[in-house]
Amino acid sequence: MSDFDAIVVGSGCAGSIAAYELARAGKSVLVVERGNAAGAKNMTGGRIYSHSLKRVFPDFEKDAPLERKITHERISMLSPDANFTVDFTSEEMRQEGRDSYSVLRAEFDPWLAAQAEEAGAEYIYGIAVEDLIENEGRIVGVMAGEDEITADIVLLCDGVNSLLTEKAVGFKRPAAHTMAVGIKQIIELPEGVIDDRMLCAPGEGSSWLFAGDATHGHVGGGFMYTNKNSISLGLVATISDAATSEVPVYQMLEDLKAHPAVAPLIRGGKVVEHSGHMVPEGGLNMMPELIGDGVMLAGESAMMCVNLGYMVRGMDYAIAAGMHAGLCAVMALDAGDTSKAGLQCYLDALDDSFVLRDLKQFSRFPHFMESTPRMFNEYPTMIRDIMNTMFIVDGDPVKPLKKSVMPIVKKVGMMNIFKDVRGGMKAL
Amino acid sequence: MSTLKPITINVDEFLALNKYTVDEGNAHIELVEDPDTEEFLKLVRLCPAALYKIDEEGKKSFDYAGCLECGTCRIACGDTIIKKWENPQPTMGIEYRFG
Repeated sequence: MSDFDAIVVGSGCAGSIAAYELARAGKSVLVVERGNAAGAKNMTGGRIYSHSLKRVFPDFEKDAPLERKITHERISMLSPDANFTVDFTSEEMRQEGRDSYSVLRAEFDPWLAAQAEEAGAEYIYGIAVEDLIENEGRIVGVMAGEDEITADIVLLCDGVNSLLTEKAVGFKRPAAHTMAVGIKQIIELPEGVIDDRMLCAPGEGSSWLFAGDATHGHVGGGFMYTNKNSISLGLVATISDAATSEVPVYQMLEDLKAHPAVAPLIRGGKVVEHSGHMVPEGGLNMMPELIGDGVMLAGESAMMCVNLGYMVRGMDYAIAAGMHAGLCAVMALDAGDTSKAGLQCYLDALDDSFVLRDLKQFSRFPHFMESTPRMFNEYPTMIRDIMNTMFIVDGDPVKPLKKSVMPIVKKVGMMNIFKDVRGGMKAL
Repeated sequence: MSTLKPITINVDEFLALNKYTVDEGNAHIELVEDPDTEEFLKLVRLCPAALYKIDEEGKKSFDYAGCLECGTCRIACGDTIIKKWENPQPTMGIEYRFG
């Protein structure tokens, strides 16, 4: 007889949702979180797409600690001395279930944990799971502090840095080209100032991604999300590539803050937190096995993340995976079979859902991104030069557009552009 | 030695804004003796907390106290100069107030 039906390691998006589903079905579930509170160790860019959260909590908007509804999508091509921004907004972005919100994890995660606790999940904080207990190739519990705690199922939702997935499913430390380092600062500004600078209605905000000079031409990009009283400003850079950069990532962030396109947005703001977090970028091809005998993985411990440059997703995958993991764990417990075969329903559910479908759809994108350095160098410069040609009036007689633009395009090369567009289309 | 442009920012001042409980007697990350300079330079570039430093005389230093627990050094140099990488003891380390 095990101590619990299920033990969940980690109380982030995946863990709390899995625990919620298990507890709601009447299963005994223990969540072990090494931080002093849920979210204490967690960081996001970040924005959450609401659809999967809404499936679990249809009325989450009422009391979840959301910062702002994202109603502007901005994408910028930065060169050192110029910036070109696309700004998109629409009514559809505001529709229930299709909307998205900026969040701060130190507030959001405790709310998620509270939902699981109210449903009956037990929580212990400030205790780390140091090891998994294995018996004849099957995971039967965890070592936490000095204690052995057993369970019929262990759910590993312990994040991108999981040191337990190797023992559970043989997952080796990911390669440096499949992971990115993220760095972020929270910059406080008055709510109304943020509304004005971001051109947003009260309660609404923008997501803003920067390619090019944000990472000084290295693979990656900058991001800016508007919270209620603060701005989350940071960047993400692929580890293998940033390891060769002449500029360290923290200096990149400082340079981004000083860029003429960014500086006015944060002017007078006060940095109140400096954070770091890795982003798994390798997609489907880097994912571990999601089930083993007595064990399941969900969220970032399973590398469930997609970074497309114009869109970064992780939390909505983690929530959906946590939900399916919880529901399938309940089914497996009821059937009395929590072996790998008994947990197959989790894989089937993910296969049917957007989680694995998306990751399959985008499986070629990480390679495209990595092998297209022009995205971060030549293209921002090319756009700058074209825009300068279009917009600057200095009294020189104008040339036909074709004559002034073609040499700029030819610098990058028509074939290169054709190849990159085609590659991008195929990978998306 | 691969090149680095001058670093103008002092990240320690930002780290001072964070909430930490430092486990004084217990380093959760340890480097090998006399780490390879090129490998160390990777971490100078990558660590978001700028915990890996090389001064003007070329002297290397690393202080785990300001660690953000991101794991980047483990991914970049886990096979080379990172001898030990663990999470800080429970209740220790960074505690994000915003995240």
